[in-house]
Amino acid sequence: MADESGQLVAKATRTSGPAISLQGVVKRFGSIVAVDGLDLEVQLGVCFGLLGPNGAGKSTTMRMLTAQTLADEGRIEVLGYELPRESKQSRLEMGVVPQLDNLDVELTCRQILTVFARLYRVPRAQRAQAVRRALELANLLPRAGTIVRELSGGMRRRLLVARGLIHNPRLVLLDEPTVGLDPQVRQELWSLIDGLRASGVTVLMSTHYIEEAERLADTVAVMSRGRIIAQGAPAELVRAHAGEQVLEVYGPPDRLAEVGELAAANGWSSRRSGPAVAIMRAETLDGLAPEGARRPANLEDAFVALTGEEIE
Amino acid sequence: MSTQAQAQVPTPVAGAPAGADGARRVGRLEPAALAGVMSRDVAIFGRYWKATTFSSIVQPTIYLLAFGLGFGSLVPHIVHVKTVQYIGTGTVATAVLFSSAFPGMFNTFIRWQFQRTYDAMLAAPVDVEELITAEVLWISLRAGVYGMAPLLVAFAFGLNPKAGMLLVPFIGFVTGFGFAAFGVTIAAVAKTIDNFNYVTSAVLTPMFLVAGTFFPVSVLPAGVRTVAQINPLFHCVQLVRAASLGGLGTADLGHAAVLIAFALLMWRLAISQLGRRLID
Repeated sequence: MADESGQLVAKATRTSGPAISLQGVVKRFGSIVAVDGLDLEVQLGVCFGLLGPNGAGKSTTMRMLTAQTLADEGRIEVLGYELPRESKQSRLEMGVVPQLDNLDVELTCRQILTVFARLYRVPRAQRAQAVRRALELANLLPRAGTIVRELSGGMRRRLLVARGLIHNPRLVLLDEPTVGLDPQVRQELWSLIDGLRASGVTVLMSTHYIEEAERLADTVAVMSRGRIIAQGAPAELVRAHAGEQVLEVYGPPDRLAEVGELAAANGWSSRRSGPAVAIMRAETLDGLAPEGARRPANLEDAFVALTGEEIE
Repeated sequence: MSTQAQAQVPTPVAGAPAGADGARRVGRLEPAALAGVMSRDVAIFGRYWKATTFSSIVQPTIYLLAFGLGFGSLVPHIVHVKTVQYIGTGTVATAVLFSSAFPGMFNTFIRWQFQRTYDAMLAAPVDVEELITAEVLWISLRAGVYGMAPLLVAFAFGLNPKAGMLLVPFIGFVTGFGFAAFGVTIAAVAKTIDNFNYVTSAVLTPMFLVAGTFFPVSVLPAGVRTVAQINPLFHCVQLVRAASLGGLGTADLGHAAVLIAFALLMWRLAISQLGRRLID
């Protein structure tokens, strides 16, 4: 893995070009193709949202960026380093917040952060300061001496984030950062991610929460079945794939089926949305439009129009 | 949270002293990575050292009492001091075996599969080779130190301290390194933690008995004696005995060579086997 890394030429000072670049990346697990010809570019300084349903290949992609999963085909570059050969160097310069809680339950917050400060090569003289800063960042200073087992779910997630930021990385990977959290904790994490972006850190965040992507991401890529099927600013994606307005028609099941057929017959893009049928691009409908409520199109409409898949 | 997040100024790899090209370089088997992984082991050890120390003292005490009283009553002409010498040194080897093979198996499996600690560390600038080397190194250092406990207990039973005993921690370290890496290899190929029962009963138990630990290999049938020769623990016992009771000779270089070869072989095997499962 690190055979030639002693010879690496560091490129930490680079300030232009993509932070992450994947070209034609394929990853198979047996007969399952998890990532299927993925092309992706994340520019420095942006907050990039990788949006997709469960099983789209987001987590596999995230693991490939730390070389914990090796691609079968294609090229991957992170911070200018070629993976997997120079992966250790790129890992030194980025932080990772995993989807699954992999904290050491027997250690205290301070102990965990100190161990990772060492792993990230924070010099001894700066270690205590780095740990304190990370504890503050995650609002865990009063809990510094608490064993992880005794922390609440929200605190553990904040500690995971703090652990990934212990060395002030300029690139942060967040895999489903708020999955399974209650709304208040989610808001806190969103503020934190927003703060990272504001301070110039490049963020790649995978999520299957539309709202999360819509609020935080400068650019969103929609992933489905192992590849990117659309990419752009959230508002652009909405305009391109769902139009400006959506017409929601409510009614009993018979009526909804009828509206669905009408939409299909006229070539309107539509979807079942709970107790209603939603018709995209309502602003372009002529007199044939059924009665219903108009609302602004959102990223969820675009997402469903793109993937054909509902999200929780 | 947000205000503090905004307050932080990103610098390229804080902590990394800027080299000529702006960032530090990382290489292979870096001391800093090994120390980082081991610092976690040290922190965890701080939570259970009392239990470890307790059992490391109580176990040889029980062995010495049981064998001493048992043999003493069965074979009255056996000199008591000989029993203490034999069992005391034999127990060093079993202590090393159990304090290295078991953590190698169980800690690895639990940290890898249940706690996902290894996933977390491999996302940091630590590679598989460093992770496994550090874990094995820590276990074998501990095995070397705790391998001394049976001798300390044997002192209380009348064993005479000798200068050669200062070699015992080193013998324990090398033996422990091999068996810790053996344990890691088993953890890498085991499908579930229950599979360890096969190894414990069919490999480790005969290994610790057919090694001259509690009775001499010479009393065994010729076939079994040959098997004992390829048992690394047999060579550990021979070395510990020679060092502790006096009488280190050239044959002991052979024993040391076997232990070092076993350690190196198992080390590489552990890295390749667990590496295949950690990186997919």
